[in-house]
Amino acid sequence: MKGVEVTVDRVTRSYGDFKALDDVSVTIKRGEFFSLLGPSGCGKTTLLRIIAGFDYPDQGSVLFDNKDILPIPPDKRQSNTIFQTYALFPHLTVYENIAFPLRLRKLGKEEIDKRVKHYVHMVQLDDHLYKKPSMLSGGQKQRVAIARALINEPSVLLLDEPLSALDAKLRQNLLVELDDIHDKVGITFIYVTHDQSEALGVSDRIAVMDKGKILQIGSPYEIYEAPATRFVAQFIGETNIFSCTVLSCEPFENEYMIVVDVPALGTTINVPDLEPQEVGSKFDFTVRPEKIRVTLNPPRSTAAGLNVFKGVVEEPVYSGFQSKYYVRLDDIPTAPLMKAFKQHTAFLEDGPDIEWKDSVYLSWTAVDGYLVKDVDQ
Amino acid sequence: MNYHSYSKKKRASFSDTMLVLTILFLFVPLFVVTFFSFNSAKGMQWEHASLIWYKTLIFDSPSLWLAFKNSIIIALTSSITATVLGSLAAIGITWYRFKGRSYITTISYLPMVLPEVIIGISMLIFFSSVKIKLGMFTIFVAHATFNLPFVFMMVQARLDEFDYSTIEAARDLGANERQALMKVVVPAIMPAILSSFLMCTTMSLEDFVITFFVSGPGSGTLPLYVYSMIRYGVSPVINALSFVMILGTMLIAFTFRRFLKTAAAST
Amino acid sequence: MKKKVLKPAKREQLLGMLYSFPMGIWFTVFFTVPLAIIILYSFMKRGLYGGVEYSFTLEAYKQMINPSFAKVLVRTLWISAFSTILCVLIAIPVGYAMAKSKHQTLLLFLIIIPFWTNSLIRIYAWISILSTEGFLNSLLIRLGIVKEGLHLIYNNGSVILVLVYMYLPFAILPLFTTIDKFDFFLLDAARDLGATKLESIVKVMFPNIKSGLSTAFIFTFIPIFGAYTVPLLVGGKDSTMIGNIIVDQVSKTRNWPLASAFSMILTIASLIGVFWMLASAQREAAAKNKNTPQAYEQKVRAHHRRGKR
Repeated sequence: MKGVEVTVDRVTRSYGDFKALDDVSVTIKRGEFFSLLGPSGCGKTTLLRIIAGFDYPDQGSVLFDNKDILPIPPDKRQSNTIFQTYALFPHLTVYENIAFPLRLRKLGKEEIDKRVKHYVHMVQLDDHLYKKPSMLSGGQKQRVAIARALINEPSVLLLDEPLSALDAKLRQNLLVELDDIHDKVGITFIYVTHDQSEALGVSDRIAVMDKGKILQIGSPYEIYEAPATRFVAQFIGETNIFSCTVLSCEPFENEYMIVVDVPALGTTINVPDLEPQEVGSKFDFTVRPEKIRVTLNPPRSTAAGLNVFKGVVEEPVYSGFQSKYYVRLDDIPTAPLMKAFKQHTAFLEDGPDIEWKDSVYLSWTAVDGYLVKDVDQ
Repeated sequence: MNYHSYSKKKRASFSDTMLVLTILFLFVPLFVVTFFSFNSAKGMQWEHASLIWYKTLIFDSPSLWLAFKNSIIIALTSSITATVLGSLAAIGITWYRFKGRSYITTISYLPMVLPEVIIGISMLIFFSSVKIKLGMFTIFVAHATFNLPFVFMMVQARLDEFDYSTIEAARDLGANERQALMKVVVPAIMPAILSSFLMCTTMSLEDFVITFFVSGPGSGTLPLYVYSMIRYGVSPVINALSFVMILGTMLIAFTFRRFLKTAAAST
Repeated sequence: MKKKVLKPAKREQLLGMLYSFPMGIWFTVFFTVPLAIIILYSFMKRGLYGGVEYSFTLEAYKQMINPSFAKVLVRTLWISAFSTILCVLIAIPVGYAMAKSKHQTLLLFLIIIPFWTNSLIRIYAWISILSTEGFLNSLLIRLGIVKEGLHLIYNNGSVILVLVYMYLPFAILPLFTTIDKFDFFLLDAARDLGATKLESIVKVMFPNIKSGLSTAFIFTFIPIFGAYTVPLLVGGKDSTMIGNIIVDQVSKTRNWPLASAFSMILTIASLIGVFWMLASAQREAAAKNKNTPQAYEQKVRAHHRRGKR
């Protein structure tokens, strides 16, 4: 099997007073498409550069298949990188750029030609072989960078925000292509991005980072549906989030039904959780806007622990396939506006239009809300 | 990039008028000497067109040709030295931290900003105190010294806009330090290296003040020759020589045209 | 072959030195040491036939207070200041017009050709125009405006004229470069908000091209302050400047300590100017780099780039 397992073990890296990486450990499986996701300055790029060999940790180690790679210079590592700025050699043509690593290895002319043509074909650049990088579009440059990074047949491909300089449509297309290439070559991909939709779309697993620490590692589904901390919940997608205190905790089916007091909403809310929680402990309560139903009439559902609020639409935002409603709750005018998203469906099933200043009911079943730890101050 | 809404007006603006007047001001003296270099008479009274002074210049001025030869030798040797040392230093300063870095950075700007007289005098006093005979060698040293800052600055400016990831990419793809330098960095900064080399030769051919101090017997350069002639007043041969030198400058500036903006930014 | 893995910081030290030390050593030997010698010599006793005697004295500095030298010092100051101001005043509209023009390369070409033409040739051209039998006088006589040649040369006026001619490009080029980077839409915004054209230039453009203005001032003032050939060739008996005194002290009077002392004055004046310029450029850069997340990100990236440890 191609690809290696990459182990990052307790890596710390500081620039002066600034801790770019603070005791970070993660194991990336062989052949996995793994994303490092986080805001600017969270340390994701530093980690990638350490794996590539352009930076060096103050403490900790990095292993490829249990072999320490830190003493190995970047040109001898089994990893290749796709840079954010593409980093194409401006004085070389597309062909020469891609052939660069092979020429360094002094391969024969025919062998080089064969391999270059293979990868050029893979990234669909057959017609641009003899152009200089300055004559290419952003998307084409990125394809050259991809082919050039793959031609050495590395075991790990490191991608440093490879799509951030491209426009939205192109980004989508290239993302699908990258996923396709990953399936074809089967090596380990480590993908750095600050764009959650990119990460959710293609990754096998994601590590969410902030301030030099990894906050959560999990599949896209886990990260979105069960965020571990307030930061993760807010960084990935949109959400409603409030501080709360546990009032009671009762067993409920296979889980526990927890009643929490949410001062911002002036009421209590039912939330199920897998773990029992101590009465009096502090949490954040969060519910995703698309899980909240918006209706003009009171909800008819009788599901256990249904949470219902009444309010007025302060701001409807129509965006074609869905509408976003920002709702002021009737009983507590001081509470932050609740976000509720409604997916539009077939005309007949879509129900009556909800407009500005309409009185609406917001409701969600207890299982759609969850508690997260408030650890990131 | 450029913005033209103001130039829509038909009436010439104050700044445009100043621009035209300034260019006229800069060129009138050059036109005057050029014009009179084709005059058959010696003085500034026009008689009739003639190429006689060009004939004298080319066939009857052995010391001028000697001076020219010296100038070329000095220009080439000092420019090569300055280009090699300056480019290497620019690479080192831009990409690495090391002891003595700020000293070298500071010291490399000073020769450019101090008046030429100071450089000339200090070199003269230095050479006489260490008992080095003034001549071609001392001129070479002086020229390389005042050329170095320009190479350093121009190459550094190019390196600053050069994407460092390109070098990391080369390393990542299997190039060692030396290969990354020779196959990626040097070709990519070649335009800056070439243009600073050209700039050095131009400045070396042009310099009078510093050369004046550090030259010895038999090592006179072209500007020194010009100086010795204009001390005796207006001469039509100098007019002819002036035109030739103006043409030379235009030629250099023309080959330079792609880098004029960089050159302008680094003066 | 034994392979030794150097720690990145050590490697960096080594490579940096390898690349930069040749130039560093060159400058130390041929620039720093000569400058140090001048400083040293300015505090020494004058030798009989040039050179110095190695004993400490402030003699050279005392000699400078001599009224005839003081007069030259004052003259150098006012001639330099006046010429510099003229240069910058001309250069501002010229740089502005160039930055706005569609023909930037051509205009740069036109400014640079006289600038790169041999300085002696350019001075010579002015001599041939201004001298008593020169072009201007013969033109005036031929046109019947004057009967006899005017004394247009060998006075302070001709020195200032030629100085401005020689050093005008030093002021134009930095101003052009800064104005070229200036966002001209800001002028539209100012006009839109009620400023006149002049007001928009003075209140919006000038504060944004401060670094160009200070560079233009310094880069013009320093070489004019140390000018030697122009006063020598087109100046009269009463137009000598510091540069001429220094050269005379070295080559004619052979008073090395005095020449060194005058050189010190020139050097210190130039350095003050340069540091003032650098400081103002740094202030400007600092003002632009507030603590934005982008600035933070850039800081981290800069660390990456240089691999600072």
